Amino acid sequence: MENVLTVENVSKNYGNFTALNNVSISVPKGSVFGLLGPNGAGKTSLIRIINQITLPDSGTIYLGGEKLQPQHVHQIGYLPEERGLYKSMKVGEQALYLAQLKGLSKSEAKKKLQLWFEKFDISNWWDKKIQELSKGMAQKVQFIVTVLHSPKLLIFDEPFSGFDPINANLIKDEILKLRDEGASIIFSTHRMESVEELCDNIALINKSNKILDGKLIDIKKQYRTNQFEVGLLSNKNTKEVLLNQVKEHFNVETAATKSFYNDLRLIVSLKNSETSTDLINFLNDKAQINHFTEIIPSTNDIFIKAVGDNE
Amino acid sequence: MNKLKLIIKREFLAKVKNKSFIVMTILSPLLMVGLFMLIIFLNQKNSEEIRTVAFVDDSQLLTAVFKDTDKTKYVDLTAIGLEEARKQTENSYYGILYIPKSDTLENLSKGILFYSEDSPSLNLISAIENKLEKKIRDLKIEQLNIDINQVKSAETDVEITSENFSGEKSSKIGSILKMITGGGFGYLIFMFIIIYGTSVMRSVIEEKTSRIIEVIISSVKPFQLMLGKILGNALAGVLQFIIWMVSAGFLMFVIASVFGLESASSSSAMGQMNPEMVQQVQETAMSELQLAFLEVKNLPILTIFFSFIVYFIGGYLIYSSIYAAIGAAVDSETDTQQFMMPVMLPLIIAIYVGFSVIENPHGPIALGFSLFPLTSPIVMLMRIPFGVPWWQILTSMILLIGTFILIVWFAAKIYRVGILMYGKKPTYKDLYKWLRY
Repeated sequence: MENVLTVENVSKNYGNFTALNNVSISVPKGSVFGLLGPNGAGKTSLIRIINQITLPDSGTIYLGGEKLQPQHVHQIGYLPEERGLYKSMKVGEQALYLAQLKGLSKSEAKKKLQLWFEKFDISNWWDKKIQELSKGMAQKVQFIVTVLHSPKLLIFDEPFSGFDPINANLIKDEILKLRDEGASIIFSTHRMESVEELCDNIALINKSNKILDGKLIDIKKQYRTNQFEVGLLSNKNTKEVLLNQVKEHFNVETAATKSFYNDLRLIVSLKNSETSTDLINFLNDKAQINHFTEIIPSTNDIFIKAVGDNE
Repeated sequence: MNKLKLIIKREFLAKVKNKSFIVMTILSPLLMVGLFMLIIFLNQKNSEEIRTVAFVDDSQLLTAVFKDTDKTKYVDLTAIGLEEARKQTENSYYGILYIPKSDTLENLSKGILFYSEDSPSLNLISAIENKLEKKIRDLKIEQLNIDINQVKSAETDVEITSENFSGEKSSKIGSILKMITGGGFGYLIFMFIIIYGTSVMRSVIEEKTSRIIEVIISSVKPFQLMLGKILGNALAGVLQFIIWMVSAGFLMFVIASVFGLESASSSSAMGQMNPEMVQQVQETAMSELQLAFLEVKNLPILTIFFSFIVYFIGGYLIYSSIYAAIGAAVDSETDTQQFMMPVMLPLIIAIYVGFSVIENPHGPIALGFSLFPLTSPIVMLMRIPFGVPWWQILTSMILLIGTFILIVWFAAKIYRVGILMYGKKPTYKDLYKWLRY
């Protein structure tokens, strides 16, 4: 697939501190790319380099096949983690100003802004000052300003912080809509559940090095552990016997899941030669199965494991 | 270029729409004129005051000296004697002058006393001393049997007119005029740098604390933003100064015409009493005015104007970019203290040096500080009305422009890194590190 952004061997040092060490990533067109990593890993440094806020010490960046140039800022929309607006400026004036800085003409910006304001049902905010708005309201304005100039690459750094669940959902839907309309999105966050929902590809950065990247689904496959969570209907008396019977054949842990039924919940690890059919057949002889599911590693688990292995 | 224009426009409007800016713009001329009027009023009150001085002349020799003048009246209390006079008159007179009886004129001049409740006005005392000295001298001349008329005809008045080598006349009024012109322009630059430099700094800090900075510099270069900020604030400042000048000038004109009417009516009242004297007074006033006009015409106005523009722009740009860098380095205005000191120091020194410049416009101190780029915008402007060789102005300007480029370069580096640094109060060491990022 065509890449909208390619980062090749980028390094950045601040004095003696290495912020990025030879990092390369590719963001496919029309996808959501999760840029993950612990605090201080170098995510923001990389994002700032892509936005040409700082320059890399070495390495090259291509946007849509061209080497990154100053005028490319018009094709990028950036919502930084540390964000805000001029407090004493009116919402409309401010949005117009920021849109013009992104290269839109005044009339064009005004037309687009009115559309977005209607969409978010905030048209009556135009003449309000930012200091009269709540944090969540200001964030909405900020989101609009980020996407207004229809950039082909959008970079969101923790976009959901400061939003209540309803508005976070609204923003999430808008992000997916933008993706469907052809924009490519880099999405940096600590909230792994939103990564599961949104991202097609991820890259994991730890201590200025990229330690993992690829399609989310492939990474999950790579990290699967061949474990299944099963539920066996039982009563007080049979529980102990049942557990011992399973233990004889498989590696077993007791699952922490809370269940509606009085059943035996177990996590069973299969050996390489065994398949899920073997397990089902075995269990079916012993008791009634009321639950059976493969444990797929969450992004959270992968994150913790990858970072832990790296250290 | 287009973006720079946008930034300048925003900064200008943000500044101009600010309530405190509007209030200051309107109030300052009123305050200025009010203060000016107060000073005039107090001065008039002061000069209107009439002092009554009592005297006891036991020597009987000097009584003739005490003739009433406009501001001082004399009352002869010799008849009741010093003790009685002191008892009676403690509060009703400004003071009592006591001239004791003495055998020789020499002793007479030493034993005179002045009693008063507060320490007396020095002007009054020296005026009385003058009168008495003259009288005693006359008495001595008489005692020596010399014809007074002969002595008088031998007296001469010497008045030195000074002229420089190229033949231009200079006078005391001229020096004062030069002082006012130079000092005024120098002080104007000083005020402008402090007021609008600080305002640039505040505006940078505001962008940092409101966290909008990163959004903006993902669209424009930090240097563009810094430059736009500096220029936008300068435009707002120039606008404010123009409004001040025009409105203060207008108010002054209004007040002057009101006061002028008053003085005209009072002079016509005086004219009825003594037309000849009035004419004389008017004539001397006219010649003074003509001299002043001449002095103004002799000032190197073109040089002053041209240098004012250069030093104003250069000085403001140097200092405001330092202010911008400071604003970028800190998180809040309270953290600026440690960096403000070294910025204010040269400015304050320049103003102090300015005083010595007036004393000696071409001395080594004046020369040194008018070449040093951090003080030259103020000190050189104070010197220029006194006539400065071209090579000095040129050297000073070249140094100024060179320093300006260097400082803007440094400031831009600190600014670029500083605006993205949060939470830590930077040290000078940090700033040095930022320069190498």
